Order: sequence, then C-alpha cells, then structure tokens
Amino acid sequence: MATTTSLYDTGLWDYLEPMFEEEYNINLNIMYAGTGRALEYGKRGDVDIIIVHSQAYEEQFVAEGYGVQRVPFAYNYFLIVGPAADPAGIKGISPKEAFKKLIENGSGSFVSRGDDSGTHAKEKTIWKGAGYDYEVVRNAGAWYVEAGTGMGPILMMASEKQAYTLTDIGTYLAYKDKLELMPVVDKGDILLNVYSAIAVNPEKIPTTKIDMANNLINFLVSPEIQELISNYGVKQYGVSLFTPCAGIELPP
Amino acid sequence: MVEIWRGLTKAVELIISFEPEVMGIAGRSLIIALTSTLLASLFCIPLGGLIHFRRFPGKRLVISLIQTFFSIPTVAIGLFVFVLFSQAGPLGGLNLLFTPTTMVVGQMILITPILLGLTISAVSGVDKAILDTARSLGASGFQTAIVVLREARFAVVAAVGMGFGRAISEVGIAIMVGMNIRGFTRVLTTAISLETSKGNLELSIALGIILIFIALIINILLNRLQQR
Repeated sequence: MATTTSLYDTGLWDYLEPMFEEEYNINLNIMYAGTGRALEYGKRGDVDIIIVHSQAYEEQFVAEGYGVQRVPFAYNYFLIVGPAADPAGIKGISPKEAFKKLIENGSGSFVSRGDDSGTHAKEKTIWKGAGYDYEVVRNAGAWYVEAGTGMGPILMMASEKQAYTLTDIGTYLAYKDKLELMPVVDKGDILLNVYSAIAVNPEKIPTTKIDMANNLINFLVSPEIQELISNYGVKQYGVSLFTPCAGIELPP
Repeated sequence: MVEIWRGLTKAVELIISFEPEVMGIAGRSLIIALTSTLLASLFCIPLGGLIHFRRFPGKRLVISLIQTFFSIPTVAIGLFVFVLFSQAGPLGGLNLLFTPTTMVVGQMILITPILLGLTISAVSGVDKAILDTARSLGASGFQTAIVVLREARFAVVAAVGMGFGRAISEVGIAIMVGMNIRGFTRVLTTAISLETSKGNLELSIALGIILIFIALIINILLNRLQQR
C-alpha cells in the first residue's frame, strides 16, 4: 500500500496496521509518499492499493483505468497556519481572500509543498479560485517557497522561517508542540480534505492482489474501524483528527 | 547544540537497553551493507587485479571511467534500480521492488567502481620484483595473482572498508528502492531522515551515533585482517 504522508504523520496507520494484519493474517507494507508519487506507484503496479486525498487526481486515476473505484472513508479540513504576529493580516478571512492578500501585499512568506501531493493540489485549487494562474504564483517572488517534501518537514520549515503554509489539520495537531505557528484561516468549504482508498485495477495491472486490496477497503469502511477513526486523536490532542464518512455523499 | 549531547546519551541508552526496534534497524543496516560489500568484493577484487595485469586496448579509458563513477549520485542509482525492478520495468516480474534485496543490488552498483578502482591502485603499488620472483619460481597466473593480492592486502582491505562505509552510509538508494518500510526496509540512514523530518532530533542523532559505532566495530575487524 502507498499512502499519503499526512496519514503517517498523524500516526493513524501505526494504529490501524496491526489490527488489519491480525484480522487478515497478512503482512501489510506501507509506503509513505505524497499523493502524486503514490498514484505513480499504483500506475506502475508497484502497490496494490493507494490511500490519498486529492479528488481530481483520484478521479483521473480511476478514469484512466488504473483504479477500480474511489472509496472515501474519512475527512477533515485543511487550514492555513502562520506566525502569531500575522504580518500579512489574513487572520479570520476566507482562504481565497487570504491567498490574494499574500500575493498582492508581499508581507509574509509562504511555504508550499511543491510536490504534487494532495495538499499541494488543494493549494493550487485555492490559487485558481482566487483568480491566479499557478505559474504566475510560482514565479511571483522570493516570498513563495517550494520546498518539495512531506507535510511534517514543511511545517517545521514554516515555523523556522515564520512563514505561512497550508496544512491538513491532522498533521498540524500532531506537530503543534514543536511549532511556533498558529491557525490563521480555518473556515471555508474549499478547505475540505477527503481521504479515499482506491484498489489498483487488476484488469489493467494483472499482478494486483485485488482480494487483499478489497479486504483493506472493507476493513476501513467497516463500522468498528470507522468508529475507531472517529475517535482517533481524542486522547492525545483533545479533538478527533478525522470524521469518518464511509457511504456518505460529500459535497464536491 | 544541546541536542547533540542529549543524542549521545540517548544513543548509549538505546544500545545498553537493546531497544528492539532500533536494534532491528541497526541490524538490518549492517546485514544489507555487509551483503552488498561481500558480494561486490567477490567479483571486484579479482576483476580489479585482472584489469591491472592484462594489457588491452582502451585500458586507460576503462580506468578513467571507473574513477569517474566514484562520483555517481546515489539517487541516480536508486532511480535506475527502481525503474529496473518496478512492475512496469524489465525485472518487475521478480517482485523485488521495495525489498532489502533491491537495496543490496543498488549498493553493489554504488560500490563496484570504488572497489574496482581502489583494488587497481592497490595492486599497482606492489613491487614489480615480487611479481618477477613469483613468476621465475614457476607460479601460475592464478598463483601470482594470489601472491600479489597478499602483498597488497593492506590497501585491498582498505578498499573493502571504504566500500562498506559508502554502502552503510548512503540514503538515496535505500529511500528510493526500499521506501523506508518499517520493520522491513527501514535502515539507519532512512530512519534518521524520517526522524529528523518528524522533528525528533535527539533520536536522529542517537541513530547516527549508532551507525558510527557499527562502522567502528567493522573497521576494527578489518584492521585485524590487515595486520595478519
């Protein structure tokens, strides 16, 4: 299985892996990679199942025949975090307005994943929504930094540089104690972050262990595991990191 | 800077308490690097000797090329091995991607030029007179090679030590073809990079110290071999 780094950084898989391995008496190998890389492993047939969070990429993956079906199983929200002093003055405004201010005012820098991960895709969506061509943003100046690494390291870097960044809430909470960053923008439908499991299509990639991939999907959407996911993080962070959503229709 | 001191105490703690996960990672690092070094030495030392003793056209070029590959970036090898062993690649059917075996293959590719190049310079340092004496006493080509290798053992063992050092300390191949799977392909270097990205600097430093400690033990053993 290849999964997005944010599910690793929150510790969710460390928690679920032994349960799955015990229930199905199998050794699950988990690789952590950004959404783009995870999808690439799927296309090459190097994994049997991918768990990622970027609807557009996922739909394309399924449409091209590489994935059987997109199965959303949990969601949470992205948020924009930044220094407490909020030099760009974006606290509490909408995500699109916040991005607009960042690029127009030039006060405050932004660290981007820059790695075709789900978080990076979401960032591009917000730029687009705010009316900017992403190529323009990338070349807009030294305030925009493309770091090309996982969510955790990006947060550490943003904290060191006292810059803004877009993060999923789970990774932020998991790293919060090590960071000098505050949530500045956390409201807006555009910030919805849905995690889906997709089995690699055995018709396209015959080596796929489709039965075990399906077992893992059934495991994730089962009521017991959905319940565990909804409570995950409560003990450690005081709030749950994910909302289970198996079988529920989510707004696009 | 205080992290370094804490890392040091943590390293001692982890070693003394024989912390199972860390010991597993350290053992894996050692086994993978030792395997690749031994396998590569097995063909590189004889081949290096052969290149030195045989006259053939383009010999200088071959030696220059070998030395050029000392500088090959580990990620380039990682990418090459990945493409080779990926399901979509020529060796995909072997199902070996993301296993310790592919990591060994990658490390062997990495250290082959080093072992070859340093073996060539090791045997070229052997006094010509020894060669002539062995031959005049009627030694066969193979026996002569053994005599020369024995004479050059100090430098040859140093070459093996160098290869091992490069293998156990590299991270580019391990991360690209092993993918840092916990309990399976996670080695010291990839664990250090992961723990650093998680902000666990002390643990990272401790793991680094354990790596140096392993290198120290191996080098003491190699040193014994040199002195014999």
